Amino acid sequence: MKTAAKQPNLSRRKFMVATAAASGGLALGFSLPFGADLAQAQAPLAASPEVNAWVVIKPDDTVVIRIARTEMGQGTLTGIAQLVAEELECDWKKVTTEMVTPGQNLARKRVWGDMATGGSRGIRGSEVYTRAGGAAARMMLLQAAADEWKVPVGELTVSESVIRHAGSNRMTTYGKVSAAAAKIAPPDPKTIKLKPYTQWKIAGKPVKRLDTAPKLNGSKIYAIDLKFPGMLNAAVKSCEVFGGKLVSFDDAKVAKMAGVKRVVKVDDATVAVVADTWWHAKTALDALPIVWDEGEGAKASSATIAKNLESGLTSNDAFADTTIGDTMKALAAAPKKIEAVYSTPFLSHATMEPMTCTAKITADRAEAWVPTQNGDQALAALSETAGIPLDKCEVYKMDPGGGFGRRVTIPDYVHKAVNIARQFPGIHVKMIWSREEDQMHGFYRPISQARMAGAIDAQGNLQALHIRVSGQSINAFSNPAAIKDGKDVRQLQGLWKEPGDAQFGYTVPNLQIEYAMRNSHVPVGPWRGVNTNQNGIYLECFMDELAKAAGKDPVEFRRTLMQKHPKHLGVLNAVAEKSGWGRPLPAGVHRGVAVFMGYASYSAAVAEVSVSPKSEVKVHRMVIATDCGNVVNPDQIAAQTDGAVAMGLSALFFNEITIDKGRVVETNFHNYRILQLADMPKVESVLAPTHDFWGGVGEPTICVVAPAVMNAIFAATGKPVRHLPIKNQKLV
Amino acid sequence: MARLNINGKVHDVQVEDGTPLLWVIREQVGLTGTKYGCGVAQCGACSVHINGEVRRSCMTPVSSVKAEDRIVTIEGLSPNSSNPIQKAWLEHDVPQCGYCQSGQIMAASALLAKNKNPSDKDIDTAMTNICRCGTYQRIRAAIHTAAKAKA
Repeated sequence: MKTAAKQPNLSRRKFMVATAAASGGLALGFSLPFGADLAQAQAPLAASPEVNAWVVIKPDDTVVIRIARTEMGQGTLTGIAQLVAEELECDWKKVTTEMVTPGQNLARKRVWGDMATGGSRGIRGSEVYTRAGGAAARMMLLQAAADEWKVPVGELTVSESVIRHAGSNRMTTYGKVSAAAAKIAPPDPKTIKLKPYTQWKIAGKPVKRLDTAPKLNGSKIYAIDLKFPGMLNAAVKSCEVFGGKLVSFDDAKVAKMAGVKRVVKVDDATVAVVADTWWHAKTALDALPIVWDEGEGAKASSATIAKNLESGLTSNDAFADTTIGDTMKALAAAPKKIEAVYSTPFLSHATMEPMTCTAKITADRAEAWVPTQNGDQALAALSETAGIPLDKCEVYKMDPGGGFGRRVTIPDYVHKAVNIARQFPGIHVKMIWSREEDQMHGFYRPISQARMAGAIDAQGNLQALHIRVSGQSINAFSNPAAIKDGKDVRQLQGLWKEPGDAQFGYTVPNLQIEYAMRNSHVPVGPWRGVNTNQNGIYLECFMDELAKAAGKDPVEFRRTLMQKHPKHLGVLNAVAEKSGWGRPLPAGVHRGVAVFMGYASYSAAVAEVSVSPKSEVKVHRMVIATDCGNVVNPDQIAAQTDGAVAMGLSALFFNEITIDKGRVVETNFHNYRILQLADMPKVESVLAPTHDFWGGVGEPTICVVAPAVMNAIFAATGKPVRHLPIKNQKLV
Repeated sequence: MARLNINGKVHDVQVEDGTPLLWVIREQVGLTGTKYGCGVAQCGACSVHINGEVRRSCMTPVSSVKAEDRIVTIEGLSPNSSNPIQKAWLEHDVPQCGYCQSGQIMAASALLAKNKNPSDKDIDTAMTNICRCGTYQRIRAAIHTAAKAKA
């Protein structure tokens, strides 16, 4: 709580300046009159010099830690600050943060590394150089004190920003030597030694988030809240059918409506009304007659897409990523063969803040305010669309109101906002998508199906397993170059044979894992957990079907097969112990378990569930164990586990994007129901870290949520659940 | 033209009658803590208090609000985030992305104003706002903490 109170509670006026100041690589804390040209605010100002790219220390010992990755709720900002502060040996109570901008990163030869924040890489992808940045700053600060006192640097000690020399009984603080430290050459990277986790005092501890206070009183400014003098607002509509085109619109019909400035074509498929307020823009857009060419996509429906996927379950065009033994022969000869087909739907991200972006374009400069998970890419999109060189462009990253993968791969909303703003040179134009636009124009979690077959021998051992996944490919849509020889291994995430990231965790003597690509006209992209969600359901629910056929307890059945995968086994054992697996439950309550790997981390869940005779499911409790290697903030891992449960259960119970006449049917929360507080079970986060690697946190746990609950329903009813979502299904 | 009493201050605003109160608050009055989430009163990000009752401002036409009605937004809930709900939210580190939290805090503070010691069941019924980050477990705990602090 103490640290959160230290956060600067910026007024809106100061915020505008602060946003601009970050691009100058300077500390916050000065102010300019409201409405001052932002470009002016980027000129160098008399502020504390940086010790290095990561650390600025002010004379009052305030530490400003620079953050390059996006903070969208997942806690990365606080976690990275903990890692830098740990090596810096500064006073955590005096730590604040500032976001660096993509333009500044580019101008300084990417000194802050990759800004993209996806794949649960925010911390694991930057821990080495952020810790080294903190350590280098500490070494420079100590050297500055040693130089001033003319003593060997090795005789100095430091704790909480206070430097001491015992021999001469002298002390100083970081704030007093930071100006001198800024002039010292950075240490040779080879001389930087990072602390072992056993010596951590700030990292590894459940410190409070640094960014909470402004989220409690309305003062935090999201991209949707931006205001500039003379700003215009844009409401947009794209052809409802994916792939359709804009033919014409009758702007005369809305030209005289309140506040309307102009109706503009945005791109081949999108039109915008630009007005004084967004409400005026949206009202006119709703009244605007538009002619579309819906194209071929209009013929597609959920039924046609499902039929295409079904063909991939038995087709000859699949590729096998894993082939061990002779699975087909073993299945044919098996005394007991189990088969099942599973399916999962398209899903939208439904971030609470819909897509939005503000841009201002002049003849020789382009600026955009973007709630993005990928700052570098947003900058590139701005430059490309505005037709202005990169060094004349700047993106001000706004903390997104939810990301979940929607804002990481394709900056569609940046392109659209810039295309609108180009038509109003010199004016800030803020584009906001309605919820309906957001639901109908996402990059959806790909639809998929799986055909599973397993052979159990007379002793109840799993002799063979055949997994055939058929479904849409994210790479085929957004990154075809990643598909080698027509083999898109990404769609088998979590079933991979290679260790390290998302490995299949069982040893089966005959094993074949295949993928058949079946694409549709629906745009797809990464959705929190990406393909571990679907593959986790297929594998882990089928494991329970196999365990039942083998007459074995689901945990025991898995343990036997996991002996060569100690980390998978580790989280299974942790969750079994903490959940009290095997102990009696109240009448009518049943347990289910699931284990999976993704984003270099291992997760296991146990769900306690009851099912009423009317098929109503109540999830009472979920215990989730995680081994993410090193733990930076246990309280934030618990928060991410809560989030994974809420999102995983929403998807399991309610969510599907269906297609009719080529367009999305579920246009808002009335028919895309999101889990509410009353449906939220008690969640217990169990950390089982092995400290010998760095794994992700934001995504890994979601893939075990649904299968654990599905397996508990199976235990309760005796009928396996194989299709999502389970709303409207007869379970009993 | 409408006259609105927001956070104890009177605002005369030039708007069409059908304009949702949400957009008047955000675009005419300039208070952006109240959020747009769905526009159809499903998510609760736009929750404000009108005469002490929690209301979803995205489906509340400005013409339905009388000049004497007391509207309170997140900015006017308390000076210095001192409402027991805000203090409990800080103590439990409730927010993740934070976008829905203005609405959550307005819903929770309205609940606590009427019900000094809400049960889990009362919280289930009152707290129907959507949080996509899934902060529900901490919201529940923070409401209980705030109730204890108030008692």
